[in-house]
Amino acid sequence: MSTLTEIGVHNPVEDFLRMERIPSIWCPGCGIGTTVNSFVHALIKTHTDMKKLVMVSGIGCSGRVGGYIGTDHFHTTHGRAIPFATGLSLANTELNVVVYSGDGDLVSIGGNHLIHAARRNVNLLVICVNNMIYAMTGGQAAATTPAASMSSTTPYGAFEPDINIPQLVDAAGAVYVARWTAFHVKQLETSMAEALKKKGFRFIEVVTPCPTLYQRRNNMGDGLAAMKDYKDRSKIRNGAGTHEVAMLPGEQIIVGKFVDRERQDYLTLMRSRLGANFQEWVDAPPQVEHEEGEGCGEC
Amino acid sequence: MATIADSIKTHTKLEHADQRAVLTGTHFMNGDAAACEGALAAGARFAAGYPITPSTEIVERFASRAPQVGGLFIQMEDELAASITLQGMVWAGQKSFTSTSGPGFSLMMEHIGYAAMTETPCVFFNVQRGGPSTGLPTLPAQGDMMQARFGSHGDYSLIALVPNSPQECFWLAVKAFNLAEQFRVPVMVMMDECVGHMTEKVVIPKAEEIEIFPRRAPSKPPGEFLAYGEIGEDLVPEMASAGEGYKIYVTGMTHDKRGYPLGNAEAQRILVGRQFEKLRRAEAELTLIDEDHMDDADVAVVSYGITSRVAERAIQLARAKGIKVGRMRLQGVWPFPEKRFREVAQRIKAFVAPELNMGQVVLEVERCAGGHCRTIALPHAGGTVHRPLDILAAIEKGAQA
Ligand code: SF4
Repeated sequence: MSTLTEIGVHNPVEDFLRMERIPSIWCPGCGIGTTVNSFVHALIKTHTDMKKLVMVSGIGCSGRVGGYIGTDHFHTTHGRAIPFATGLSLANTELNVVVYSGDGDLVSIGGNHLIHAARRNVNLLVICVNNMIYAMTGGQAAATTPAASMSSTTPYGAFEPDINIPQLVDAAGAVYVARWTAFHVKQLETSMAEALKKKGFRFIEVVTPCPTLYQRRNNMGDGLAAMKDYKDRSKIRNGAGTHEVAMLPGEQIIVGKFVDRERQDYLTLMRSRLGANFQEWVDAPPQVEHEEGEGCGEC
Repeated sequence: MATIADSIKTHTKLEHADQRAVLTGTHFMNGDAAACEGALAAGARFAAGYPITPSTEIVERFASRAPQVGGLFIQMEDELAASITLQGMVWAGQKSFTSTSGPGFSLMMEHIGYAAMTETPCVFFNVQRGGPSTGLPTLPAQGDMMQARFGSHGDYSLIALVPNSPQECFWLAVKAFNLAEQFRVPVMVMMDECVGHMTEKVVIPKAEEIEIFPRRAPSKPPGEFLAYGEIGEDLVPEMASAGEGYKIYVTGMTHDKRGYPLGNAEAQRILVGRQFEKLRRAEAELTLIDEDHMDDADVAVVSYGITSRVAERAIQLARAKGIKVGRMRLQGVWPFPEKRFREVAQRIKAFVAPELNMGQVVLEVERCAGGHCRTIALPHAGGTVHRPLDILAAIEKGAQA
């Protein structure tokens, strides 16, 4: 990150990073840093208030992104970034909460939270860096590892198909769903900017190279080879039905903005049901019948 | 019990509860409801939970009450989620809690560790039922006492309080939030099915009679403030919340004073050492024992929760027989009040420790007794309470020792 500075050019991205923590932990050719560049440009473009921006992540290589951005950052437990972020977002409506984490974290171990967050529609932007592998722990198969791929725990090739993430979050109710690859830096930036401006549960998948632990075992070359592969194989189809965008080995990678719809977010819905504002409730409590469940005693 | 010990060595000024959320008056309510009212009085406006018998009434009531005072309850998809959603609420600047029982408590363990490591002040209510596994969903036990202390991996310390009546559920809920803020630790309120479901008189005072320990605000502006570096004599760091411009970095990894991950033995020694030491230093203040007739006692009955109320009958019967028996009812179990137990062990013949488990807190009692007196365990697998006569027999045995 220091090369531009060394030759006397100020890189505006640096103003948004914790430069004392750079260089990052990421490998040469890794795609995560590329997504961060797009993200910071989206922050600049949308004039995002950095004081109110909160980055939340789980565990993994991508879980370290938030720690390099110069805002409040919560590095939570494995798979639980979304529920932590839900708490932040509900308890302080001024916060602009972004979950930035990996596929293993968000979709495998944290998959249940992903589904319910999309359904619940709390104000959250989730950026899922999909490198198709558990990278930080040494390259084990995830729910996003393409069928038949080699990984350290699938030495005979994975026997499970990978999950089509856009279809999953679309079905669960996300109001914004897009997928790009690390090759599509400009389109990614535009999507991130659009999503930053929107309310409710928004989701962006970014397919990124992991030369160290995914490509090496699958004879896919280095980071540059992955970029070339993305360029050759991807096809932009904005508005494509998410049931058509599963990624199959060797076939087209459908990218684009798939979903952009309106649905009242959780708090707006709650407030419209309960009254104009919290103060009113304090002074004049609504007549809510207090009901206690009976229960069968088995649960 | 409203008063916080005078020994608070901090610049933090105590406040009073907000009357708008305090249900001042005399009520007839169960322990779960009283715990909920205690949480509201203490300033909790947000909670996350997942339903589980016999704790659910706490959040059912909160779901109804919270929107009336500017807050909300959110039901999460499981206890893994609930136990960290509440921590997001805390870092957003609020006081928050969850409530659960055995199986849910097991799922929450990782996040109790996260709260300890990140020094997130928060409260977990566990209304204990028979276990292991699904066990006895509607019947009492006290089988999670060791789990509360040691259930998450790694070394950490926390506070656990144990009420024995709906009235005490109210007060110990208030105290739990206060201690959480004072020491920046997760605080467990270890109820049991009997205490949670019994309905009794609960008197809730006016807000001005309820002292509140507010969040320790940063004393320095952004740029100068270190997220884990502004530490007073009591070893508890000040706390900034998200959105205040402090650019806080919070991680469950071993971290330095800035909160940045630092993976080495020295950083671990400093961090974990301080986190242990902050509660060890406060031992006197955290010794919460309701004692009676301990001056000349030959036998001390050590109990907590519903068991303490059964034990009380046994103590009465023993006294009627002329046995010098005293009461040591634990209101706080963790950190274990070691010093007091070591003192008492020097001059009594026996501790008698009935509890609704196969022998958990009694292990601490026996350790502190250090062979100076007998320790008589009265294990019980749960599902109902002890018979007072069984406790009486143990007292008689102890008096002969
Ligand atoms: S292991 Fe893979 S994902 Fe992790 S930093 Fe290296 S290239 Fe990136």
